[in-house]
Amino acid sequence: MIATIVRNGFRALRRDRGAWILSFILPVAFFSIFAFVFAGMGGNSTPRVNVLVVDEDRSASSERLVRGLRQEGSLVATTRPEVKTGEPTPPEYTAATAVAAVKSGTAPVALIIPAGFGANPISFTPVTGRKAIRLLHDSSNPVAAQMVAGLLQKVVMTSMSDSMADLGMRYFAQASGGLTPQQRQKVDSSLAQMRDYTARRDQQSNPPAAAGDNNASGLVAVEMHDVVGENKRSPMIAFYAAGIGVMFLLFTASAAGGTLLDEAESGALDRILSARVSMTTLLAGKMTYSMLLACSQLTLMFLWGAAVFHLDLFTHLPGFIVMTVATSFAVASFGMLLASVSHTRAQQAAVATLIILTMSAIGGSMFPRFLMPEAMKKVGLLTFNAWAIDGYTKVFWRDEPVSHLAPQVAVLLGSGVVIFLIARRFARRWESV
Amino acid sequence: MATTSSEGPSSIPLQIDSVVKRFGEVTAVDGISLEVPERACLGLLGPNGAGKSTLIRSIVGRVRPDSGSVRVFGRPADSPAARKELGWVPQELALYPLLTGRENLDAFGRYQGLRGKTLRDAIEWCLEWAALADRADSIVKTLSGGMRRRLNMAAGMIHRPRIVLLDEPTVGVDPQSRNRIFEMVEALRDDGTTIIYTTHYMEEAERLCDRIAIVDHGRVIALGSKEELVTQSFGTRSDVLMRLDSEAHDAAAWTASRGGTLQDGVAHFPVDRPSEIASLLEAAARDGLNVIDLVLRRPNLESVFLQLTGRDLRQ
Repeated sequence: MIATIVRNGFRALRRDRGAWILSFILPVAFFSIFAFVFAGMGGNSTPRVNVLVVDEDRSASSERLVRGLRQEGSLVATTRPEVKTGEPTPPEYTAATAVAAVKSGTAPVALIIPAGFGANPISFTPVTGRKAIRLLHDSSNPVAAQMVAGLLQKVVMTSMSDSMADLGMRYFAQASGGLTPQQRQKVDSSLAQMRDYTARRDQQSNPPAAAGDNNASGLVAVEMHDVVGENKRSPMIAFYAAGIGVMFLLFTASAAGGTLLDEAESGALDRILSARVSMTTLLAGKMTYSMLLACSQLTLMFLWGAAVFHLDLFTHLPGFIVMTVATSFAVASFGMLLASVSHTRAQQAAVATLIILTMSAIGGSMFPRFLMPEAMKKVGLLTFNAWAIDGYTKVFWRDEPVSHLAPQVAVLLGSGVVIFLIARRFARRWESV
Repeated sequence: MATTSSEGPSSIPLQIDSVVKRFGEVTAVDGISLEVPERACLGLLGPNGAGKSTLIRSIVGRVRPDSGSVRVFGRPADSPAARKELGWVPQELALYPLLTGRENLDAFGRYQGLRGKTLRDAIEWCLEWAALADRADSIVKTLSGGMRRRLNMAAGMIHRPRIVLLDEPTVGVDPQSRNRIFEMVEALRDDGTTIIYTTHYMEEAERLCDRIAIVDHGRVIALGSKEELVTQSFGTRSDVLMRLDSEAHDAAAWTASRGGTLQDGVAHFPVDRPSEIASLLEAAARDGLNVIDLVLRRPNLESVFLQLTGRDLRQ
């Protein structure tokens, strides 16, 4: 008897494509995505942090430090914006443009090496009046700031070893009463060799190995400045509201689109289409409903965020409205497409679960994209989640004007239109046969 | 009901001309031509799979014929003008289960372009017609099967079409609800609505329809009133059913000698005139047979179908 029950179960499973997907494909897909995100698929694809470097000092020390930062494997250090083909080389970053770049999300961190830094670049003890490197960061990416701060100390040790030795000798001289002229000559000679070695090493193309552990012993003074979220009480709330919101929006849109399949199965769709309603009108109606539902959901999500987590919704209302409409439009079209390509409600539910969870994983709803490897960040741009989260981040985190949402809005609305047209094409099967 | 063709508006509610529809290897409708006059109630009678529903779906524009044409008051069936005149009650319960009856009628009325007072009046009329006024605000899924069937019909009538297509509207309902549905159809018929009613129950076709098309394998194999169909197949012939006390005699041999057949102790004799009964009774008395019971029965639509196809209607 038990064998019969088991056999029946497997027979039914074999014929249920949705159950197959949920049982076997989805877990493997998810495992693969998270393995890729966290382990880089076995390759050395640790995420590198973009750092903008402003050298206001222009001393030999600061230039060596900049070179060291450029050669640090865990950082992508740049001193000027990317040169575009056919355009003149842009000027180097200044303190002001670096602040603007961090605020706009171009890079999560900027380092400003102040004038006078080279006169006294490092110290083993706290010294008053020493020029500190300013580390400007965006606290929506807390990992990047800490990583750069630690790596900065490491880079100082590796790129400015002569300065360290020189400093050590000065401490020694103070403590021991001074060196003899012969000793002083030998030390100077050794320091020159060390500078020569450092210079030659800097010429080599291979950068040093990536940082294994951050040594924040404070050889160089660093002042951390949160240039984006300094006045915000709940830095990550907008991010999570958007991330989680979009994921559930996708589920809602999928369910709303699924009513088409319900109606097809019940015969109501035939009746509607036999009345004075065209397939395009019907799809547009369903999509409008789905979109309004999505708008309501996001509004509720952000209102809750404002009420409970102090999210500053009301001063960002225009951007919120623009992003909510664009995001809702895109996810609503996605729901229509899912319904129109599926043959049964069960199939649609299975496919929706697979696609939505995958999109949410790589699009940043479950795990911030800034912590992902570069390749995954790029793949994430194929999802609504990524564009929506980026847009909401611009609004709530970076306080950017509505006009700056153009790329996100264009992608969301454009893809929404394209997906709707594809859905309409697939929906032809429900028209007269 | 001859085939006609016309391009402009016409007073003829429905003209079906040589409609063919194939699904792969299967020919669901195989060249059907029909013309349904105003105020007629045409029954499409046939077994499951005969092509009735495909024909109905061709009329409402849900199936595109491979060849032939369907015209509603002279207009192509899939034109807006034709759709306005057509009401369709599909076999399935094509309703929104989570809406109330009134909300369903409101939705389907709006899909038909009704608004405002016209819509409100139409909803009230439908609720009265379907005897659902007292359950108008109940959610559909809480209604009984019969009530849902009636609401399904009402949803097809919300725009008061001049032609209504009822596709097996009594499937799965209890006898009481079936009677209620018959009353609804009769009310429409009395009101002058042209009705096309598909069924595989000959009792329904006999009760409701003034003309009947017998459909089999995608073709109309007979068309006419019930009497015309019976006469076409059997002429004036009736059946005399004579139950015999056959213990003492060889009833089977006697029945056969008189041109009849014996089934379960009942002798069946075809007769052209009722007067032939007297001679049968005389012969039975003369040959010492005891007649226990006797019935004179005219052939029915079931008999016609059996005669035409060699199969039972419900096979």
